Amino acid sequence: MSVNYIPRRFTVVRDKELCINCGCCVRQCSNECHCFADDRKTVISHSADCVACHRCVDLCPTGALRIEKYVCDYRENANWTPQYQQEICRQAQTGGVLLSGMGTPKDYPVYWDKILLNASQVTNPSIDPLREPMEIRTILGRKPEKLTVEKKGKSTVEMPPQVILETPIMFSAMSFGSISLNAQKSLAMAAKELGTLFNIGEGGLHPDLQPFTDRSIVQVASGRFGVHSDYLNNSKIVEIKIGQGAKPGIGGHLPGEKVSVEVSNARMIPEGSDAISPAPHHDIYSIEDLRQLIWAIKQATNNKKPVCVKIAAVHNVAAIVSGCARAGADIVAIDGFRGGTGAAPTRIRDNVGIPIELALASADQRLRDEGTRSQISLVAAGSFRCSADIVKAIALGADACYCASAPLIAMGCHMCATCNTGKCNWGIATQRPELTKRLNPDIMYKRVVNLITAWNHEIKEIMGGMGINSVDSLRGNRLMLRGIGLSEKELEILGIKHAGE
Amino acid sequence: MNIVAGVRSYSEVNEEIKTEFLSKNKVTVTDVNGQRYLGCALDVGKTLEIHGTAGNDLAFCLNGGKIMLHGHGQDAVGNTMGGGEIIIHGHTGDALGYGMRDGQIYVRDNVCCRGGIHMKEFRSMKPVLVIGSNAGSFLGEYMAGGTIILLGLGLKRGEKIFGTHCASGMHGGKIFVRGSFPRENLSPNIKAVSITAEDEKELKEYVGKYCHCFEVDFESVMNKSFVKLIPVTSRPYADLYTAN
Repeated sequence: MSVNYIPRRFTVVRDKELCINCGCCVRQCSNECHCFADDRKTVISHSADCVACHRCVDLCPTGALRIEKYVCDYRENANWTPQYQQEICRQAQTGGVLLSGMGTPKDYPVYWDKILLNASQVTNPSIDPLREPMEIRTILGRKPEKLTVEKKGKSTVEMPPQVILETPIMFSAMSFGSISLNAQKSLAMAAKELGTLFNIGEGGLHPDLQPFTDRSIVQVASGRFGVHSDYLNNSKIVEIKIGQGAKPGIGGHLPGEKVSVEVSNARMIPEGSDAISPAPHHDIYSIEDLRQLIWAIKQATNNKKPVCVKIAAVHNVAAIVSGCARAGADIVAIDGFRGGTGAAPTRIRDNVGIPIELALASADQRLRDEGTRSQISLVAAGSFRCSADIVKAIALGADACYCASAPLIAMGCHMCATCNTGKCNWGIATQRPELTKRLNPDIMYKRVVNLITAWNHEIKEIMGGMGINSVDSLRGNRLMLRGIGLSEKELEILGIKHAGE
Repeated sequence: MNIVAGVRSYSEVNEEIKTEFLSKNKVTVTDVNGQRYLGCALDVGKTLEIHGTAGNDLAFCLNGGKIMLHGHGQDAVGNTMGGGEIIIHGHTGDALGYGMRDGQIYVRDNVCCRGGIHMKEFRSMKPVLVIGSNAGSFLGEYMAGGTIILLGLGLKRGEKIFGTHCASGMHGGKIFVRGSFPRENLSPNIKAVSITAEDEKELKEYVGKYCHCFEVDFESVMNKSFVKLIPVTSRPYADLYTAN
């Protein structure tokens, strides 16, 4: 037996008094942590491959299972932490690039947690959203530089295409391939009911999602998978994916094992072949080239679709957003480095990019300084955990926010961060039919609707407290924000005052 | 009626072309001077004839239509093309047929860098790119499917049939090269093999069409031997990662 240099992560603890040996956990675990003993009656557990996804725990009819962190101390060393040692062992074993799922788990500052919101007292009284009108409808698209009106007051300006959302929350790009069709379907159904949009990612459109195309954002990424004229023309928004917060500057790679018959149909590539998304678009080497692709898409869609450009939040994000806006993007989406992913090289995910809070604030400020902020829409992405994060993002300058991890958690995701293995026990980040069938869109879409409906209520409640009755009055309203425990520089970039000021 | 492009903006010219196509199946546009996006998303059954130099993104997302270009093309001809036919009586710029999924492109002369980049095929969809003269660097980069035919006609002494990094990252499809080729410019993941009877049949069909389009003697083209360039593995990055 070869030596495994890495201790296991978790221990499955089975309460023998409660366990009825029903075998539910055996059937549920795709990592094969549970099995029947030699007597074929007693259920036992191996913990080696446990990822703490809690599928067995949540489904155990008698509550006999518990997952514990496996504690195995190394000699203390603040520099050579167990994580680095284990990663070295993994690479020594395989010679491979480390690959991880979900957003970075590293302890970088979360600025949302260092920003406090305002509320009205005495003057400009607060509003009760349960009994008074409260507007969170959001309209995305390029706005004219100025309005001209004829004598009777009717506008004579030709309005570029606009998209109306009933909430400032949209579902960010997750391709069919990275997530299951049932997961995509749940998001599509939820988007339709909520009056918002879901982004189908760069993996093409599966025919089953055809009824939802009027709620879809379709991506044109470097691989151009499944991109054709109808694909563009049936969507609500076309998004050019330049970058992703979890892996700025690099492409994607869906391994052949995940390209099932259905995935191959959507991506329009042969079954079992690798789907490689190059790092750059090979027709974009400059802002001028970006302009060319934006207008090519506009020409191919008869100027009927707003074009969004999605970029990762990186060091010169403000200048890049400004360039995108001038290149003709109607919407610019900025994805912060805490954003999730189906798979990204660990080193990129954990080290490249900047937080969305700082990127958003500096991009918004730059566009304001240049006098173009009112013309384009800004969408923020990269880890929104609750409605307060959304409110803070809007006050920092976002028109709308992209959420992905939160709706996935609503569908059962437990952040075990092993999406890249394709063994998701919750039927989300997998293409195995026996796993994907566990996710019932008719049930799961309601959980997503519930979540966003609850967030909408909370957003209205927070806005009401501020004495604001329209999300338009909250947008870029940084007077509603105060920093707590932030340096002068951080406050300067965020464009907010410190608490107490 | 001919549409005269002159020095008018592409949006104006394209608007006129689109309006013409509402009632006609064939439209001719003359005096083209680099206007972009001509024939983008052109549907099946429509033919656009262009005289002059077509600008970037000619036939972007071509949707089964036919483009006849009497002149040279610029960058990204047939970008993300989903089907149809493009015949170019001249040469073209970079990224020809980027992400092309179906249909055929015939270029009489040469193409610049990254010709046929990321071409891919799907079931009955099979893109074909025939280049009369030679190609620049990174020909067939990331190629995942389809066929590129490089004829090397009229090469001057010392001119190579393709530039450096040919077929870098190629993991599907095939490139046929006529005559000798610079082996040192081939990417390491590529091998050159002899053509089969089936390949020859395919070659004859597309070379025949090339010769017909540009009035070239078919026999003299086929007289020289062809080799086939294919990837050593269809999964070049299968062992690149380790789960963390």
